[in-house]
Amino acid sequence: MKGMKKIIGRPKYLKDVPNHYCPGCGHSTIHRLLAEVIEELDIRDRAICIPPCGCAVLAYDYIDIDMVEAAHGRGTAVATGMKRCLPDRVVFTYQGDGDLAAIGTAELIHSANRGESITTIFVNNGVYGMTGGQMAPTTVVGQKTTTTPKGRNPGVDGPPMKMCEFLAPLDGTVFLARSTVHSPKQIKQTKKYIRQAFESQLRDEGFSMVEILSQCPSNWKLSPVECCGWIEEGMIPQFPLGVYKQRQTEPS
Amino acid sequence: MKSNEKVLLRGSEAIGEAALRAGCQCYFGYPITPQNELPEYMARRMGELPGRTFVQSESELAAINMVYGASATGARVMTSSSSPGVSLMQEGISYLAACEFPSVIVNIIRGGPGLGNIAPAQSDYFQATRGGGHGDYRCIVLAPGFLQESVDLTYRAFDLADEYRIPVLILGDGMMGQMMEPVVLPAFREDLPKKEWAITGAGKGKSRFIRSLLLDVHVEESHNWKLYRKYQRIERREPRSDSYAVEDAELVVVAYGTAARIAKGAVRRLRARGVKVGLFRPITLWPFPAKALAGLAESVGRFLVFEMSMGQLVEDVKLALNGKAEVELYGRPGGVVVTPVELSRILSRRYNAMRHEA
Ligand SMILES: Cc1ncc(C[n+]2csc(CCOP(=O)(O)OP(=O)(O)O)c2C)c(N)n1
Repeated sequence: MKGMKKIIGRPKYLKDVPNHYCPGCGHSTIHRLLAEVIEELDIRDRAICIPPCGCAVLAYDYIDIDMVEAAHGRGTAVATGMKRCLPDRVVFTYQGDGDLAAIGTAELIHSANRGESITTIFVNNGVYGMTGGQMAPTTVVGQKTTTTPKGRNPGVDGPPMKMCEFLAPLDGTVFLARSTVHSPKQIKQTKKYIRQAFESQLRDEGFSMVEILSQCPSNWKLSPVECCGWIEEGMIPQFPLGVYKQRQTEPS
Repeated sequence: MKSNEKVLLRGSEAIGEAALRAGCQCYFGYPITPQNELPEYMARRMGELPGRTFVQSESELAAINMVYGASATGARVMTSSSSPGVSLMQEGISYLAACEFPSVIVNIIRGGPGLGNIAPAQSDYFQATRGGGHGDYRCIVLAPGFLQESVDLTYRAFDLADEYRIPVLILGDGMMGQMMEPVVLPAFREDLPKKEWAITGAGKGKSRFIRSLLLDVHVEESHNWKLYRKYQRIERREPRSDSYAVEDAELVVVAYGTAARIAKGAVRRLRARGVKVGLFRPITLWPFPAKALAGLAESVGRFLVFEMSMGQLVEDVKLALNGKAEVELYGRPGGVVVTPVELSRILSRRYNAMRHEA
């Protein structure tokens, strides 16, 4: 329309279909951010996503890039195989906390340690979403889940695992950051981190990961708005936000 | 090493060199005895050849998933391990089968179950021929009996894998891996097949994906039907076997791999004494050469299955013969390798008992 400017719309590479995510779930926001960054960096032709076993398994229905589905937890090993064959592609895994920090921990750590030039988008919602809200490695102390009905007891279940902190000492990791998608400011920050991670991969620096604290209304049994409060009060104190590692590239 | 010239190679090197010549671009694996010479060979040779990738993975689980990723891009790819490691790979092999990703997996079988030992065994027959992981699927299973055949079958395995988009298993054991024999090597492949289906980034075209999650039961059923029809095609076209001294045989030994080498020695000894025994050797374990074996039962009334496991191969023999002939089992599990002399004694005892009955 004359005199009007379009300031927001559907990103070019986010398919125009209804998604299956619950209202208030963080996954759909993260999908959108990925589509936006892929468009802005103009890497749709080269990007390959490895979706997980988890709520995001159907990512290929939503983001318009090539994808290969991995077995539960094996994403970074699959990414290793793909990237070694296609070194000029942007290969990234998309993983939940169960996928990445429980069943897939070994694959993650070793891919990171080898400095595979891949990116991991780590969606930390503190529960196993797809299987109905069981305890995840990142469930915070005291948090009730279907398998910790009295709350997570660190004496029995161990304390939550902090993956950015875990990976930071490895020489192969070059960009590690943690953010959330529970506020407009944080959503912007998350997008910036995803962009930085992909840019780092385009410079072939090594392993990059963005950990995103993400709402899960259905399994937290909270309203979408209450979920944002839980991220603030329950999660951020346990999982401090910010950049955990950033290799300073030499100016060329 | 020159092509089409005789060279003396160790078993594991023969497999490795044949794979490289077949265009194997990537190798992923984790150390386990008795197959370490193979990854070591690949590490060295892949460093010398252009465009090859070798990764020592953190586990067999990781190795098979690296195979999965590399195969998804259309590369020719191989891994190898021994029994406990191949057990760990079963999840990945199921996914390879589901997504129809071509791949070559070498299992240098050792005695089991559990950690077992590192001696030659055939106890992973069921695991290999019945799929091995979860779901309805098959892998092509090749069982070379001597090193030239290891070379030829490894070379062919990559073509089979690509042609049918299927995981191909090559079974051997520590004896086959360690022994040396002269072999003639094929030329390096240059005309590798194009793979339209490979996932390499969407480029300017439509984005694509490959998955095995098929939530709609009808979609999953039709995928299973598609796989099944492919397996039927393979069963019609690809069974291979070999036989020795079966023409006038009254008793035929059925054995593959190392067991078949031993059996051939035993049959040869007995033939020299006029004992009418022969050998039937499956080369493909899946598809099992059932037709060829059943054909033999037209003239042979009794079969003795010699396997280095306890009652695995014998099931396929019985299924193939379907009551047409008597089938007996002589199994030696646990990594024991009997000599041809010992086996010839067993055979001649059975042979005499059989004549006595008649
Ligand atoms: C080998 C194997 N074990 C278990 C499962 C079942 N399973 C599917 S997704 C999942 C975990 C999902 O949680 P998470 O990774 O945190 O992702 P979310 O669904 O919360 O996004 C599990 C246990 C599986 N698919 N494969």
